[in-house]
Amino acid sequence: MSATVNAGKKAATYVDDRFASANFFKRSLGKVFPDHWSFMLGEIALYSFIVILLSGTFLTFWFKPSMVEVIYDGSYAPLKGVEMSEAYASTLDISFDIRGGLLMRQIHHWAALFFVAAISVHLLRVFFTGAFRKPREFNWLIGVGLLTLALVAGFAGYSLPDDLLSGTGLRIAQGIMLSIPLVGTYLSWFVFGGEFPGTDIISRLYAVHILLVPGIILALVTAHLIMVWYQKHTQYPGPGRTNENVVGYRLMPIYMAKAGGFFFAVFGITTLVAGLVTINPIWAYGPYTPDQVTAGSQPDWYIGWLEGALRLMPNVETVIFGFTISWNIFIPAAVVPGLVFTAMALYPWFESWVTGDTKEHHILDRPRNNPTRTGIGVMALTFYILLWIGGGNDLIARFFDVSVNAITWFLRIGIFVLPPIAFVITKRICLSLQRRDREKLLHGRETGQILRLPHGEFIEIHGPISVEERAVLLSKPEVEPLALPPTEDANGVKNKKAGRNRLRSRLSNWFYGDNIPLPTPEELAAADAHLAHEIEQTTPVLDEATALRVGTPGVIADEGVLHDDPKLVAAARDAARTIEAERGENKS
Amino acid sequence: MTDNSPTPQSSSAAETGTDVVARNQGHDIPGLPPHRPRQTDIDPRAAKRAERQVALMFLASALMTVLFVIAFVQIPTTDTWPVPFFNATINASNTALGVTFGLAIFFIGAGAIQWAKKLMPDKEVVQLRHPLKSTQQERDEAAEVFWDGADESGFGQRKIIRRSLLLAMGLFPIPLVVMLRDLAPGPLDLGVLKETLWEEGSRIVTDPLERPVRPADVPIGGVVSAMPANLTEVQHEEGNLNARAKAAIILVRMAPEDIQSQQGEGWDYQGILAFSKICTHVGCPIALYQQRTHHLLCPCHQSTFDLSDSGNVVFGPAARALPQLPITVDEEGFLIARSDFDQPVGPSFWERDR
Amino acid sequence: MRRSRWAALIAVVAALVAVGVAYAVLNAQSKAAAAPAESATSAQLEEGRKLFLEGCSSCHGLNAEGIDGATVNNGGNGGPSLIGVGSASVHFQVSTGRMPLAGPAAQAPVKTVEYTAEETEALAAYIASLAPGPASPSEEELDFSEADVAEGGELFRTNCSQCHNFAGRGGALSDGAYAPSILDATPQQIYEAMLTGPQQMPVFSNESLTVEEKQAILAYVDDLRTAPNPAGQDLGSLGPVGDGLFAWLVGIVLFVAVAVWIGARVR
Repeated sequence: MSATVNAGKKAATYVDDRFASANFFKRSLGKVFPDHWSFMLGEIALYSFIVILLSGTFLTFWFKPSMVEVIYDGSYAPLKGVEMSEAYASTLDISFDIRGGLLMRQIHHWAALFFVAAISVHLLRVFFTGAFRKPREFNWLIGVGLLTLALVAGFAGYSLPDDLLSGTGLRIAQGIMLSIPLVGTYLSWFVFGGEFPGTDIISRLYAVHILLVPGIILALVTAHLIMVWYQKHTQYPGPGRTNENVVGYRLMPIYMAKAGGFFFAVFGITTLVAGLVTINPIWAYGPYTPDQVTAGSQPDWYIGWLEGALRLMPNVETVIFGFTISWNIFIPAAVVPGLVFTAMALYPWFESWVTGDTKEHHILDRPRNNPTRTGIGVMALTFYILLWIGGGNDLIARFFDVSVNAITWFLRIGIFVLPPIAFVITKRICLSLQRRDREKLLHGRETGQILRLPHGEFIEIHGPISVEERAVLLSKPEVEPLALPPTEDANGVKNKKAGRNRLRSRLSNWFYGDNIPLPTPEELAAADAHLAHEIEQTTPVLDEATALRVGTPGVIADEGVLHDDPKLVAAARDAARTIEAERGENKS
Repeated sequence: MTDNSPTPQSSSAAETGTDVVARNQGHDIPGLPPHRPRQTDIDPRAAKRAERQVALMFLASALMTVLFVIAFVQIPTTDTWPVPFFNATINASNTALGVTFGLAIFFIGAGAIQWAKKLMPDKEVVQLRHPLKSTQQERDEAAEVFWDGADESGFGQRKIIRRSLLLAMGLFPIPLVVMLRDLAPGPLDLGVLKETLWEEGSRIVTDPLERPVRPADVPIGGVVSAMPANLTEVQHEEGNLNARAKAAIILVRMAPEDIQSQQGEGWDYQGILAFSKICTHVGCPIALYQQRTHHLLCPCHQSTFDLSDSGNVVFGPAARALPQLPITVDEEGFLIARSDFDQPVGPSFWERDR
Repeated sequence: MRRSRWAALIAVVAALVAVGVAYAVLNAQSKAAAAPAESATSAQLEEGRKLFLEGCSSCHGLNAEGIDGATVNNGGNGGPSLIGVGSASVHFQVSTGRMPLAGPAAQAPVKTVEYTAEETEALAAYIASLAPGPASPSEEELDFSEADVAEGGELFRTNCSQCHNFAGRGGALSDGAYAPSILDATPQQIYEAMLTGPQQMPVFSNESLTVEEKQAILAYVDDLRTAPNPAGQDLGSLGPVGDGLFAWLVGIVLFVAVAVWIGARVR
């Protein structure tokens, strides 16, 4: 052991002589991270990405990104003698003739699905807890960029094997390119090297898929992590947690083991899934030719919402001055995603402008404490899920025995009606939860024990809330809508920004107007005193009543009476003691 | 880049749980509650048990790695195993490799996590944050360094250098863009986009087995996927797929009285109609022909075309009727095209109607 | 008078049967089985007629001429004429349980078969005797042992997969109609479906899709059904939607479960 330690010391000295790295190591290894399961969602994405890089490298050793036509002669009998591209044939070889090849292909594809799914849940966590606020706006922006690139990488990868689904996806992508006004036809002409499908697109997508996009993703992921490192992680409110500290465990040894272990867990589960469950059976789809298609032609899940948008859009096309504009394609496939990603990217600045908030935030919001933001999030999620359903409308029709046309019409209307409803409902739920939090602070926790008063009234006994919960509730941030600045200054000069200010003030009111404030310290002190009194009053009675075993558990009938008369309480206590004593005697 | 808290320090507030660490709107936020020891902290036997669990997981991982190598060498890729409870089979090699490798990896992770949770210290540590912004003095100093340097360089004074540099910098990316020009084989050829292999007299043959079609071969209610006979002469590298992507058609036949309208007078042959197989929405091949309603449905986005009514759109996102190909028979009695399509097939594009 | 007419009919049928039997015996070596319509006996025809009158005539009319007016699709009980539909159609509809129809629906679903094989043969023979139509395939026609599976795959992807999906699992059509899964259908039923175009399915006559091509398709479908799965457990072979659902409902759920385990406090 000591030999190892000595060797380690030597190595460390060797490195430090050259890089003066001791200070860096000291700080890094002692770095504290807060512990919460929801902080590990981004890690799932990171680890999936590493798994994708590892498995993808393996696949490049055999995959041939070529559209040269070959006659298949591998071991998959139903395709023997069929003409296909070299890309497709080499993917079949990886699947059937290279040991472990199928496993790696399936790991790669599963990890890709997990990657985007993990990014999505991570994004939802960051959004709903307000982790994107100052000083982390740019890390949010990088995250949005990563999500976009993940979609591009995924779609390019989906297209590489040149099977029937790949080709159909590319055909749709080309149709979308063509719909872009003015430049669409040129774009397609350049991307495909002429007409669709041409003989170049696979090798071009290959470069995009294995070098360009993953390279940028890797760079952005690095920046993303450095920012988390440098700005330190946010934490949930609670006892001991303030905007000026981080409470958690050190990197060495806890997170070395936990985060390192989590990487292996993610990799292991992905591998198990890949060993047991088929994904993307390209051999069953057959090679791509532009005149064949299969029912249920869908993209991978993360493109499903765009597919849905394409399906729902009514058929509007106009010809102006002889130029054709396919609104039916351009709007759902280019305008909608453009707007969605732009809105998502700019949201942190929108919110801080509306709320006038310029403070640093390291304590996360509970979603209920920002009902408008939470409402916006649920509204966006509803919109997304409806489009997603649209992308699978044919399968839903098949399995729930409804008409595709009916689903499409339902969604065409629902996409406008349901998200606002979701917003209103969510906001109301959040406000109710805020009211309940306030109730809890003022009246304590509901114990579930019912007392009947002498005059017959039933009341529920309240108990004090835990220190942890109290700390969480008391950490609720103070928010106030922005006041409307005067439209004229003291000299009667009109404020040029009056209109903008009015809009901002209105939005701010919409954001924070119906916030339920924390009780004031005075209110809380009074409530605490009252609660303490109530507990003092009820506890002995409860004890006696429990001793008397009267009524069903938790419900105390006649003898369990709440009142102010200490004499009666004493009498009840005496009675209980007598009974206890008798019982003791009977037992012996 | 400096970390603002060089030495991690634990706060004494963490010990008691009652100390006030912060104030919010006049309220006191209590400090960390006292640390509660775990079973493994107080019971040596529990700690020993946890130690054994962790070691067992690492050993299981090692065993799985050994099994993986055995499975890799022993199991041919073509073997299959039955799936318990399912009437199905599963590839033996893939399953064995996936399960052994997956468990080998997973157990390392599970062991490490268990180790951290049960045996490593679980007392929470407090580290202080510092405001991320620099002090005004630091900002001023940085600005000074910058402006001093800028002055020394003369970038501000030497106008000619500045402007010529900006010009050069502005121009130098141009070659990078210009070189992308040859991504396309030549100038945009609208004619190619608007024409297909069909021409007067092109014989219609079935896809994929290339049999010429007689009118009698197409039954009422039937559908035949077809292509021009000369498509097979186009080699792959000459763009066979490109030609196929435009020329693919379907033949359907309906009772002549069922045909409400056509895109051209008499473009059918005895109730046989030929339509492009490429959807006018985004170009999926479209052949879900429902013979009773004469509707043709696209499996990609559910555009529905009524073939008995000029191929007009009756549902879905496609905006244009499916192009119809006028057909007749040649002297040998085989179906032929009377001309090319009278419009571009497939998705719309900007210059489509020019 | 009446008796003599029957006698004449029976005599004619008997003569036909005699000739048929003789022909069959003479050709025993070359032809294993002829189409049911050709080899129908008078007893079979009579049984078929009886079964038809009992089970089918209420919708299809006493003489199979069909009943005009409201059809099953819009609430009535009128069925189409069966004159000239041929034995293939009858065998397909009855042997898959689609007929007799249980009630009005967008299309007749597969359900419990109500007639035995013999009864189905008899019904088919009776309908085929009314007017010529596509006959059920002979055993020879159904023999796909020599067919090229790969070619069948190409034909399948050109002609079948757009509705029935790449793995034969079926898919949705417009207005509530659907293409059913074909994996539980027998080769004869698949052949007959191609030949007759039941419901919304188009007709693939022996001219538009030759017998050899149909056999290749049968071989490919048989491979879909019976060949050992070359990979892991499939998720219904529905394409990427099934994969995506699994990624969320199993993959992400498992990962989050591990994350919760990591973050949970230990007692």
